[in-house]
Amino acid sequence: MPEDFLVRAALAGIGVALAAAPLGCFIVWRRMAYFGDTMAHSALLGVALGFLLGLAPTVGVILVTTGIAILLILLQQQRRLATDTLLGILSHSALSTGLVALSLMAWLRIDLMGYLFGDILAVTALDLYLVYGGGALVLATMAAIWRPLLAATVHEDLARAEGVPTLIVRLVFMLLVALVIAIAMKIVGILLITALLIIPAAAARRFARTPEQMAVMAALIGAVAVLLGLGGSFGFDTPSGPSVVVAAMLLFVLSLVPIGRRIDG
Amino acid sequence: MNAVTDPSGDAGPPGERLIAAEGLEVAFGGRRVLEHVDITVSAGEIVTVIGPNGSGKSTLVRTLLGLQPLSAGHVWRKPGLTIGYVPQKLQVDAIMPLTVTRFLTLTGRHDRATVERALAETGVGHLADAQFHVLSGGEHQRVLLARALLRSPDLLVLDEPVQGVDFTGEAALYELIGVIARRHRCGILMVSHDLHVVMAATDRVVCLNHHICCAGTPEAVTHHPEYRRLFGARAAGALALYSHHHDHHHHTVSGAVVTPETNRPEPPHA
Repeated sequence: MPEDFLVRAALAGIGVALAAAPLGCFIVWRRMAYFGDTMAHSALLGVALGFLLGLAPTVGVILVTTGIAILLILLQQQRRLATDTLLGILSHSALSTGLVALSLMAWLRIDLMGYLFGDILAVTALDLYLVYGGGALVLATMAAIWRPLLAATVHEDLARAEGVPTLIVRLVFMLLVALVIAIAMKIVGILLITALLIIPAAAARRFARTPEQMAVMAALIGAVAVLLGLGGSFGFDTPSGPSVVVAAMLLFVLSLVPIGRRIDG
Repeated sequence: MNAVTDPSGDAGPPGERLIAAEGLEVAFGGRRVLEHVDITVSAGEIVTVIGPNGSGKSTLVRTLLGLQPLSAGHVWRKPGLTIGYVPQKLQVDAIMPLTVTRFLTLTGRHDRATVERALAETGVGHLADAQFHVLSGGEHQRVLLARALLRSPDLLVLDEPVQGVDFTGEAALYELIGVIARRHRCGILMVSHDLHVVMAATDRVVCLNHHICCAGTPEAVTHHPEYRRLFGARAAGALALYSHHHDHHHHTVSGAVVTPETNRPEPPHA
């Protein structure tokens, strides 16, 4: 019988993988990998804000990551700086500001490494409720906006011309990304969240002929990566977050190997 | 020559007015992209907007579709007007798995038979299950056209509908667009930066360079000094091509094509 903390870790990891999969697909389709990364990097600032205002870290993270996303969209209206430059500035400034803020709050004793790289083996029962409650909310909302978001992803103007409220759908999607970052932070850490979003999605591409198939395959691949990574982490005494990402990477590499008839697309 | 100076064309429209814009003005950050633009499209007619790159053609289309806020003027649409839109740049990355059928049903729900009928009408019925991102240039544009038709549009708005299509394919596509206009009795507003083929397949040409330089029948426009100034040497080629075909239909004295439903100019078979 595996130990309790391992069961909780596996359940939490699988929950995060399932919730992250459909979002990860859209992040890949919309070429938003660095956008997601920037939001994730700002999460540490959210943790600091949470402590400062006496809020739960999760709430602080959702507030700050959403704020950064909106700030980025506003900054994109100007033409002087390219988006990748903006992302680089915001991403690293937010991460550094978060680190500085947390170190200035000398009265806090927090596990910084846990926030940065995840501490999946310290998952509590409360964390599990958060993962599955938040995850269910994310999946239900994704199901509700799936068709308009897909239409807006294929062509924003065409979708708008056909009556899709693309701005609202995009904002909701961004909120969901913020929520997933908040619930995945403890599992893989803010520096590695993007990996859990995009690697399973990229690995799933080959096995899918429809967007929905790709989301389901990404969820499966993500869950398998979590189990493999945790097993490796326990067996080889390696940090859990990076171990999960290494497992996902190995699955991605496997997905590139041509075996038999390729499901082309 | 009235036909040339009156931007809305001179003769009565062939059918009911579908969309009309008056005194349109659009500015981006203080720079005026469109000014004093009047344009109308009526049922059963093909209107083509031509102009150099950066002349505001796509902005005009986006403004008419309500996607671009205007700084002055107004756009009138027939109440309940349904528009089928083929945008200029629509690329689906290989990372997104999307069949042609799925692409056609992104915003509207249609059954399989309806989708296949629309694809067959634009000559790509065999592609219903193909992945969207592997289509050739011509197939791509025909699939976009089929998608626009699925909405049973009163007005088709086609932004560069022959982009990525070779020259013979272009002629075939313009011919198809003409057939569609007649069969569905819809108006067509086309945008193009090429002159030769498109003008022969058109009832009325609007020559745009931030403002409307000239407008009227293809023949009238090709004779207009503004048009020749704008397009230089290329204009002569268009004239030659057009003249080659202008026997195929008849004009009123003022230059309007007589009975466009039955006597539309054939696309050239060059």
